[in-house]
Amino acid sequence: MGGIALMTDVPVATKGVELDDRIASLRSRFPVLSREINGHPLAYLDNAATSQKPLEVIEAMDAFYLSRNANIHRSLHTLGEEATADWEGARAKVARFIGARRTEEVVFTRGTTESINLVASSWGDAFIKEGDVILLTLMEHHSNIVPWQLAAARRGARLAYIPLEADGGIDLERVESAWDPRTRIVCATHMSNVLGTINDIARLSEIAHAHGALLLADAAQSAPHMGLDVGALGCDFLAFSGHKMYAPMGIGVLWGRESLLEAMPPYMGGGDMIRSVGLERSTYNDLPWKFEAGTPDVGGAVGLAAAIDFIEGIGWDYIGARENELGRKTLAVLEAVPGLLVHGKARDRGAVFSFSFADIHPHDIAQYLDREGIAVRAGHHCAQPLMRHLKVPATTRASLAFWNTEDEILRLGAALEGARRFYL
Amino acid sequence: MSDFDDLYQDLIMDHYRHPQGKADLSHVPDEKAMENPTCGDSIKLEVLRDEGGRIAEVRHDGHGCAISTASASLMTEYTRGLSPDEARAAAERFIVALRGEGRLSELDAMGDLAALRGVAGLPVRVKCATLAWHALLRELGEKAS
Repeated sequence: MGGIALMTDVPVATKGVELDDRIASLRSRFPVLSREINGHPLAYLDNAATSQKPLEVIEAMDAFYLSRNANIHRSLHTLGEEATADWEGARAKVARFIGARRTEEVVFTRGTTESINLVASSWGDAFIKEGDVILLTLMEHHSNIVPWQLAAARRGARLAYIPLEADGGIDLERVESAWDPRTRIVCATHMSNVLGTINDIARLSEIAHAHGALLLADAAQSAPHMGLDVGALGCDFLAFSGHKMYAPMGIGVLWGRESLLEAMPPYMGGGDMIRSVGLERSTYNDLPWKFEAGTPDVGGAVGLAAAIDFIEGIGWDYIGARENELGRKTLAVLEAVPGLLVHGKARDRGAVFSFSFADIHPHDIAQYLDREGIAVRAGHHCAQPLMRHLKVPATTRASLAFWNTEDEILRLGAALEGARRFYL
Repeated sequence: MSDFDDLYQDLIMDHYRHPQGKADLSHVPDEKAMENPTCGDSIKLEVLRDEGGRIAEVRHDGHGCAISTASASLMTEYTRGLSPDEARAAAERFIVALRGEGRLSELDAMGDLAALRGVAGLPVRVKCATLAWHALLRELGEKAS
């Protein structure tokens, strides 16, 4: 088993393909990439599960805990003021990052799952009525299914699913023509964590709004790969996680339209979310604090702000171009592996690829790839309705980031051929 | 030996390719299948007994990875001729050892099952190796009560 060897200034040497200076320098920001796994340089192709964290993020969080740690909104001393400024500063940065009109529309949560649960519970219980329809797509992550099942059960509402086309996308004309007038909200992923499909959230929002429904976009997968602009997306709620976009685990965001958030009751009760507490009832704080009960993850928010700086320092143009190129090469490599079936061929897609061999279990493939130092995910990807649609119990998934290399993709292809020989 | 070679030993691969006790159990209702929540795999069991009530054969159906398939096959082999109580005790011993809650050396006294000891260091795979045994415990538990 390989030990941890931290060489923060030395990029990982790769065989065959020369790295350009920019990639080498970007890779050097991720110390974990210098690890050896089973005698091979780590090829981390599990970015859709969680991103690796650059030094910029780790150092920003260290600086918070080493010199400014205090509780926020209550500690009237220098550290308390600084920590509060960090927390609210991170919120302002997020608001600008996603094009929010108002900073108050940004609620910090633990992640996408909590963000969606907040909407399903708070908005759902207040505004979903018996007989209403909650419309999802068949490619949703469990975190954008189960909260709605719970809400539907509480309210006597019903779930409906937008079917998938053969390429793993949805047909917006079918959505329009099959529209059920009782639909109250459409909940759709911006980018599928299994198929890589990118959904046209702007068009879906238009369709929903034209029929008086709302749209919630799950941007957990898209947030690290493309600029998000809530104005252009036209959605009513947007949920994403820090940990998939180079920030730590434990911090996430719910953005909602101010008028909607104002009308929603609190989600969790506790400190910080109240204006005053009486014996029988309380009055609630203003947005966004109404939804932020308890001491939050301030260090995580500092990390998220640093991750946004990191991404903007690199630039979406570079990230997009690089990931497109890597994605094209990955698809070509996967399609050249005999017997390998790649799931999802939507025209508009990100660099996330799920694949299967007919007779080899995804766990066995992933374990073989790990022997070669290649990290992928195997399982149902928290998308069992989609797995049933694909008629597989599970898949293996490789997901890329801009700092991955051509060499890592070639190693993936070679290791998949090795796995096929080993198991068949 | 690497983790991988430790895990995918020849004995395991033989049981994976030629699983003992593998049978068509389509007559067993799907609700009785035991599921592995991490990968969506499921397994169905049927325990055949001899006249004295001992286990004649544990049959299994479903599909899983090499580790879960080999573990089910090894279970069929190991439990042949055991009383239900002995099989229950063996399943508990095996699960506890693999989870790292007991002594791993317990496995050495369980014959070919010791080939699965490589799983103990891999918490994600422990669920693969113990799925069939959890199914066995449920099956035996139901019959006893």
